[in-house]
Amino acid sequence: METDHDIILKNVSFAYKQSNILEDVTLFIHKGEFASIVGPNGGGKTTLLKLILGLLKPDNGKISIFGKPPEQARQKIGYMPQYAPLDMNFPATVMDVVLMGRLAKTTLWFSKKDRSEALAAIDEVGMNGFAGIGFNELSGGQRQRILIARALCSRPAILLLDEPTANVDHETEINLFSILQALNSTMTILVVSHDLGFVSKYVKSVICVNRKVVIHPTTLMNGLLIKDIYHGDLKMVRHDHRCSEEGHSHD
Amino acid sequence: MIETMQALLDPDNLFLRYALVMGGLASISFGIIGTFVTIKRIGYLAGAISHSVFGGIGLAIFLQVNAGLTWFDPILGATLAAVISAVIIGLVSLHAKEREDTIIGTLWAVGMAAGILFIDKTAGYFNLSSYLFGDILLIAKKDLIYVSCLDALVLGLSILFFNRFFSVCFDSEFMSLRGINTSFFYLLLLVLTSLTVVLLVRIVGIVLVIALLTIPPAIASFYAKRLWQMMFFSILLCAFFTSTGLLLSYAFSLSSGPTIIILSGAAYLVLLIFHKWIKN
Repeated sequence: METDHDIILKNVSFAYKQSNILEDVTLFIHKGEFASIVGPNGGGKTTLLKLILGLLKPDNGKISIFGKPPEQARQKIGYMPQYAPLDMNFPATVMDVVLMGRLAKTTLWFSKKDRSEALAAIDEVGMNGFAGIGFNELSGGQRQRILIARALCSRPAILLLDEPTANVDHETEINLFSILQALNSTMTILVVSHDLGFVSKYVKSVICVNRKVVIHPTTLMNGLLIKDIYHGDLKMVRHDHRCSEEGHSHD
Repeated sequence: MIETMQALLDPDNLFLRYALVMGGLASISFGIIGTFVTIKRIGYLAGAISHSVFGGIGLAIFLQVNAGLTWFDPILGATLAAVISAVIIGLVSLHAKEREDTIIGTLWAVGMAAGILFIDKTAGYFNLSSYLFGDILLIAKKDLIYVSCLDALVLGLSILFFNRFFSVCFDSEFMSLRGINTSFFYLLLLVLTSLTVVLLVRIVGIVLVIALLTIPPAIASFYAKRLWQMMFFSILLCAFFTSTGLLLSYAFSLSSGPTIIILSGAAYLVLLIFHKWIKN
């Protein structure tokens, strides 16, 4: 049973400076999952990813990835961080950035295989021809795609993305999720997103994080559930991004 | 200028030739390490290291005179202090989180204060400003050997670990996930920074050295698309500033360190204005 699950969290809690970020989280992510992690700011979304990556240690509970502790499973996880902390004027080409994903423990210098894998990853995110371009010359959406390529070129079995669609326009968002949807045929994907209405068209499940963590199949998402997760009476507008030809009414 | 050229050839002015060779050789380490310091944005840490070096210089002078340890050269003291403070500062910045700037500011001041107290307790007259602002008359042949060895070390390690340093500077968290000991490479980078800082204390002094570490890469970043290009341009710029500054200071009887720094600072400001406002 457990072998079908790539990621297992059992009764995991994490607190930062006496305030609980995550409480008693039990979560099973099966192989081939494509889930969006949603929830309010400060609700613990990034913390959840960092626990899975082993960058943070849980105060209680157990996390296992492919049946191993996160530190040992890391090599098979591709990770795309929130890009805000990165220095965007760093003197590097697209190729330089993507190759970082190949820098494993033993590699001092990049081989031909590293370069061809990096080029393949650049192709996969639809950025072929950009290898020699400066990273700082790209648009926000292009940078996000390059950071996805960097995560891809280590050939991971799990891909974790933290807000890949922050600061990009809607067209780019559609483009990114189409890429992820294609990648999902070969890997498990968890993506932090704030636009629930939009992502529910692409993902198979939604993981709601606000101190506690609940996973729902996208087919069951409705206003009541969201209200429960966000602990508040909030207005929800379905973003289907399409209307009937006559427009729509609100009755 | 002709007079300056004649002065260079004058055997009495051996120190000027030493200073020029020293500046040129040191530019290799400065260009490489300065680029890492600039892109990793740890100029503040390098400043703290260079000031705490003064504690080591003071200790060396104190031991030479009071304990009779004549082999304990100020440069040896500076090197020891630099490496120790680099490791302490590195560990603080890795682990202290929000208290980082307070602790580093403290080390910065304590290092300098310790140096002054050691010198207070040492009989004889010491020209403090030669350490603070540089004095090319102090340069000796053994400094050239020291700088060549350090160049070899910095160049060798930077070539060997280029990709490691590159990725630790760009995205340290991501690299630790790829199984790389980022703390080790961060500390190694700081130790190399500290050794490099000691190099040019002779020419530009403790207080001014930090500008020569960061100005050439700052200018190079206007033109470089890749990290190695930034290093290459920085080396050329650093060599240009030190040699031109030295010759100008000789020709006009000015202090060498401040002349070099004013020259590079002015060049940076002019280019910054050009690139930020005029070009766009």
